[in-house]
Amino acid sequence: MKKVWIGFALTVSMFVVQACSSAQKTTTLLGAGSTFVYPLFSKMFSEYQSSHGTKVNYQAIGSGGGIRQLINHTVDFGATDAFMSDEELQQAGGAILHIPICLGAVVLSYNLPQAPPLRLTPEVIADIFLGNITNWSDPRIAEVNPGIFLPDLEITVIHRSDGSGTTYIFSDYLSKVSPEWAKRVGRGKSLNWPVGLGAKGNPGVAGLIQQTPGAIGYIELTYALQMGIPFATVQNASGKFIHPSVQSVSKAAEIPIPPDTRVSLTNTDAPDGYPISGFTWVIVYQEQSYGGRSKARAEALAQLLWWMIHEGQSYTQPLNYAPLPESAVKAAETLLRSLTYQGQPLLPG
Amino acid sequence: MSASGSNQWKDRLFRGLLWWAGLTMIFLAIGIFVSLVHQSWPAIRSLGTRFLTGRTWNPVSGQFGALPFVAGTLLTSVISLVLAIPFALSIALFLGEYFRTGPIAGLFKSLTELLAGIPSVIYGFWGLFVLVPWIRALELRIGAPPYGVGILTASLILTVMIIPYAASIARDVIDLVPQHLKEGAYALGATRFEVIRKVILPFARSGILAGIFLAFGRALGETMAVTMVIGNRNLLPKTLFDPGNTMASVIANEFTEAAGRLYLSALIEIGLLLFLITLVFHILGKWVIQRMQVPGES
Repeated sequence: MKKVWIGFALTVSMFVVQACSSAQKTTTLLGAGSTFVYPLFSKMFSEYQSSHGTKVNYQAIGSGGGIRQLINHTVDFGATDAFMSDEELQQAGGAILHIPICLGAVVLSYNLPQAPPLRLTPEVIADIFLGNITNWSDPRIAEVNPGIFLPDLEITVIHRSDGSGTTYIFSDYLSKVSPEWAKRVGRGKSLNWPVGLGAKGNPGVAGLIQQTPGAIGYIELTYALQMGIPFATVQNASGKFIHPSVQSVSKAAEIPIPPDTRVSLTNTDAPDGYPISGFTWVIVYQEQSYGGRSKARAEALAQLLWWMIHEGQSYTQPLNYAPLPESAVKAAETLLRSLTYQGQPLLPG
Repeated sequence: MSASGSNQWKDRLFRGLLWWAGLTMIFLAIGIFVSLVHQSWPAIRSLGTRFLTGRTWNPVSGQFGALPFVAGTLLTSVISLVLAIPFALSIALFLGEYFRTGPIAGLFKSLTELLAGIPSVIYGFWGLFVLVPWIRALELRIGAPPYGVGILTASLILTVMIIPYAASIARDVIDLVPQHLKEGAYALGATRFEVIRKVILPFARSGILAGIFLAFGRALGETMAVTMVIGNRNLLPKTLFDPGNTMASVIANEFTEAAGRLYLSALIEIGLLLFLITLVFHILGKWVIQRMQVPGES
């Protein structure tokens, strides 16, 4: 028994010593937010640590939590799937920059006999989720799916029960394409759903769709690709039917991007872009000398972000995330050059 | 002399520790209540009684009516309790009266206790992949919408989860029924069923009730397993097959991404309400148990 205790004490003390010594040598940056980008960030940060030595501790607590933690000055950066509202920016007590890192998309998955390929128009999607179309044999679905057998089967809508950036992007899209949706439901991370069942997380929604004949629901593209779940082709604002893929999602961002990059990409004007796409941003304070932060820390953060929008982009596609298009990288570069420490730029102009 | 002095010192230390631990618990309970009230104050002030009577929960437009969640919590808890009582009582009688010792009794006892130790997320998965298809088949047969998930499914999961709590306490008190009372009844020519009905159950009823209230408290607060099979629809359920939502489940679902002061505050007010409901049932339980106590029983 005694031996066990001694061994335990030794392990603990070694751990403490190691933690102290590594803290002296390298900076550990703290981040928190979006769960959606967590797999990508884990990969990026472990690669960055082995090549640059800077350690990053990222906690996937959800976009809302990331924003709260940044405003409370408990992390160096946050990550969010929905850009901060003007009200949230005012609460921040200092200018905040949104640096786009990658793109994500929401796809529509369904459970029909023989899993036929399905084409959907914005109007049909909105009417299904509003409860106006309740059966798969509805002529409005058949109209855009010639030659495909659609059974006489009740539609069961499955949505997320937990507050989520995925729900935000999807409801933002529906609010743009359907005036009725905008009026009756609106956009948000949690909604008052007109119809359907709620399930927790992407796995919950995907699981319930697989189990329920006639179900339709929305999940993240990344998750659907990883799990090999089939999903629908969606008509975009230019009238083209676009199959969701990392390429068509990247193309959704090929539109004029405003200098602050706070732009919703849903229902994009890009002719080949998938219409239910959106950026994921890292959020940081523009002036980095706050709360007693050292200049070395601010520089480490600026260098990390610069790396993420350049070399780091090579890790997006293997993990099924959509990389930033050239125009978005340019906008992010300009934003990163405006990062300052006591008024001095942190990156060379 | 010196030995008794050091013992006295130890005694004082021990008593001090007990006091400290006891008071900490009391302060914690009060602290939780106070901070819940404090944090939900914005919602209490701006929503008032609409919070309790409202049937719409819409974070987008800022309408926060908690009635569907209160209904979901009470419905699932009460149904699961009603379903659990006969099973729990049978297990308790089986293990406390018929098979008190021996390998079968040992096996059944461990199995019942094992049920209490299974993490709730496992129950949720089992519910989602085994129970939900069964309920869906039933719904298809009787013509209800074939969701599979809903109030009934959640209640059934809760039933399985709370049976061990009610059963193990009931078994312990049935085990404690004095042998001489039972022997007396047998001597008067009572059958085994009469002994159970007229001697064991009356003697043990306060303890059995205590177990039932403990199980009910567990059902009120259960989150993970319920949220996985209840369907998470924020409307008042009309039938047992309808999807619904519970108070604990909506907090777990929406708290992490709740932006905006009123929204967060309304979620915390749901927590406060759940706290108060649990408290009311606890006090009610204590009162019933006291009234049910057999004179002379400690």
